[in-house]
Amino acid sequence: MPLDLFTEGDPIADTKAPTDVPIGERWSTRRFRARLVNPANRRKLTVIVVGTGLAGGSAAATLGEAGYKVKSFWYQDSPRRAHSVAAQGGINAAKNYRNDGDSVHRLFYDTVKGGDFRSREDNVHRLAEVSVNIIDQCVAQGVPFAREYGGLLDNRSFGGAQVSRTFYARGQTGQQLLYGAYQALERQIAAGTVEQHARTEMLDLIVVDGRARGIVARDLVTGEVSTHFADAVVLATGGYGNVFYLSTNAKGSNATAIWRAHKKGALFANPCYTQIHPTCIPVKGDYQSKLTLMSESLRNDGRVWVPKERGDDRDPREIPEDDRDYYLERIYPAFGNLVPRDIASRQAKNVCDEGRGVGPGGLGVYLDFGEAMQRLGRKAIEAKYGNLFDMYAQITGEDPYETPMRIYPAVHYTMGGLWVDYDLQSTIPGMFVIGEANFSDHGANRLGASALMQGLADGYFVLPNTINDYLADGPFEKVGESHPAAAEAMQGVQSQVQKLLSVNGTRSVASFHRELGKLMWDMCGMERSEESLRKALDRIPEIRQEFWTNVKVSGDWHSFNQTLEHAGRVADFIELAELMCIDALHRNESCGGHFRAESQTPEGEALRDDENYAYVAAWEWTPEGAPPVLHKENLEYEYVHLAQRSYK
Amino acid sequence: MTITQDGSRSTAGAASERRGMNLTLRIWRQKDPTVKGKMVTYKVSDVSPDMSFLEMLDVLNERLILDGDDPVAFDHDCREGICGMCGVMINGMAHGPQQTTTCQLHMRKFKDGDTIDVEPWRASAFPVIKDLAVDRSALDRIIQSGGYISVPTGTAPDAHAVPVPKKDSDAAFDAATCIGCGACVAACPNASSMLFTAAKVTHLGLMPQGQPERNDRVVNMVAQQDREGFGGCTNIGECSAACPKGISMENISRLNHDLLGALRAGARPKS
Repeated sequence: MPLDLFTEGDPIADTKAPTDVPIGERWSTRRFRARLVNPANRRKLTVIVVGTGLAGGSAAATLGEAGYKVKSFWYQDSPRRAHSVAAQGGINAAKNYRNDGDSVHRLFYDTVKGGDFRSREDNVHRLAEVSVNIIDQCVAQGVPFAREYGGLLDNRSFGGAQVSRTFYARGQTGQQLLYGAYQALERQIAAGTVEQHARTEMLDLIVVDGRARGIVARDLVTGEVSTHFADAVVLATGGYGNVFYLSTNAKGSNATAIWRAHKKGALFANPCYTQIHPTCIPVKGDYQSKLTLMSESLRNDGRVWVPKERGDDRDPREIPEDDRDYYLERIYPAFGNLVPRDIASRQAKNVCDEGRGVGPGGLGVYLDFGEAMQRLGRKAIEAKYGNLFDMYAQITGEDPYETPMRIYPAVHYTMGGLWVDYDLQSTIPGMFVIGEANFSDHGANRLGASALMQGLADGYFVLPNTINDYLADGPFEKVGESHPAAAEAMQGVQSQVQKLLSVNGTRSVASFHRELGKLMWDMCGMERSEESLRKALDRIPEIRQEFWTNVKVSGDWHSFNQTLEHAGRVADFIELAELMCIDALHRNESCGGHFRAESQTPEGEALRDDENYAYVAAWEWTPEGAPPVLHKENLEYEYVHLAQRSYK
Repeated sequence: MTITQDGSRSTAGAASERRGMNLTLRIWRQKDPTVKGKMVTYKVSDVSPDMSFLEMLDVLNERLILDGDDPVAFDHDCREGICGMCGVMINGMAHGPQQTTTCQLHMRKFKDGDTIDVEPWRASAFPVIKDLAVDRSALDRIIQSGGYISVPTGTAPDAHAVPVPKKDSDAAFDAATCIGCGACVAACPNASSMLFTAAKVTHLGLMPQGQPERNDRVVNMVAQQDREGFGGCTNIGECSAACPKGISMENISRLNHDLLGALRAGARPKS
């Protein structure tokens, strides 16, 4: 589609996956072919890891154990706060402990299909292979997964799959997995292999002679901006869902590290692929600061419905069965309430658009446990979902044991991220990107319980093997803060901070963030069209312009200044939002979480255009004024046959 | 919602037509650790009962920023009660009048006309950074001293190689839900971190995987909390009453049991 908004550059390709062998042998082949670094030499090599979620925490710990000198950075007070902690439902692994027909190949297949055929087969297959090791590792660390009375691990089913392969720890799986990684990390900190930088935010990447060699970071307590150097830099800084202001991400989750690395030359892939999670607590007021997810696992026992008639405002308990529309069960009899997230979200939007939504503003659907309570008893429901029910009651003031929950979709995860090859290396040599921050494994839609799997796969098992191949060329020439590249990066950060403080306008940072978020939700949310995206692309530069001339950031930069932190992040979100809209506009097809109104089947399902869009869109930053450059990575499907997704 | 500082500006008429609450906040303001702090009064009006406590502070801060004042610094992140980053004393109670995290406390727990005192965690082991934000890195150092199972990546046997009785696994999980917010320390008259430490000792001590390091773990973690300047535990129970995750005092009994056993077996803390 010719557009004035970008230009097209050379195609890009992954050169690291050994495609000369069958897919099941590629990961072991790559590990064999990748060069090693002998243990005595590892001590001479430094790796910076930014972020301490499942990916960053596990990577820093594992690299420390391997003997590298690791510097670990996080913006919170403790590595245990990273937002992986909030993941509720579970983690997938192809253990086939249920003897229900699961296998590495089936997990691979489900994930490629769930991603609507927009992920890279090699990466997904490796993810499925490694999944089984993750469970072993976590159990050995003492992660208290749910167990059966025989002492063995319990499993449950999750969206997009017909087998039970999800391991869980009540509704707090992410928390328990993160504490496993956190404890491993703290052990390495105590052992002296990992140097910690708490409450420190990366603000730029230092690139020397084409290689990533360090970062510029700000100590959020003292305000001091400083440079840190290494032989390789790993970004594990999570996703960019907060571009929408309201999302299930933590308040501090941000895109600054990946965005500034993008501006230093790393390609940004598929930015428009965002996941809208179907089961969140609906919005209640203007002051709202975030949205809270209710785990997808609730859809195992909860049934989603709305009244059949518009304007039926009876108490849900008084609406008889015949007047209820269990629309997911009706439309998708095979998967029912367990259809993938993108589909469940869009159908919720559809019934609300028809005027059948429930709760304030008609923006909600019921998630009803009445039938499950009768079938299993209240005690069983409490044991499975107790903490989620409590959380719901706390936030809404309603008792979900008595009345159905009200839920509505909310931004939850971003499948897009920095482009990486099979080694998880970005287009800047020496900069690796892991976890949600990269783009590689989920295609256009992520299946439930796969984010934890990917974070830990990348951090424990993939990166620690592939990074050796790069580090085998090191140690690289020593650089310090006086190096021109470092000085320039430092100067750039300082002048941006200075500029933010000097505008001294009349609008708060939060007001810009809210405005941007609402625009993105309305124009680039669950459904996008050429018209809505063009509108957004007209408006975003105006928001940016106003931000830089009218924002008010109080205080100074030599102190603990949370407004300043927020301001820098919002500045980056504004720029990223523009690229998201360009990507969404150029991709004139629907796939997974990217639903273009112009491209749907007669039944209203996402209609892909494989002939024209079976590629990864990797975007190159260009200096202000010039449109971004699109590089296409062609996606080939050797093992999973391209097909229209069907969950009927 | 509208705000005045020290009552110096009027909100007459603004709140009367709306349903929100009028509240008086007395908030601890301290620029940095080197200066003395003090309570400062702010009036807020038209507070929705559906707001969370932190959303109420957000609105106050937005006003303060536009007025050119320094906003109130407070730690927070996930805002769904799981990261453990938030936490302030509200009317002298850690996380306020309900057994939950500050971010999950909603304004419907307060009444129109209330005066609410907001202070940072009070413990010498948690020095104030600014206003309501404190340094809790002492808790991480307790974990560093032994709150883990030494299992380098890649060395694990199959997950089903060691069955774990469901009873033990469930009890370990209950202990492992501690979010490290520090409310136990803030609530304790001795500023003891015993409940935090005991939760980790219990979690790992109940799992078969945690047995080889069990004795060393407990003696080292207890020694570290002493080094950090936390007070001793005198079994008062304020910690458990304030804990947003309901970690029980039973964990402390378990720690004491393990500690005695470890000392008798000859385990001694690393110096």
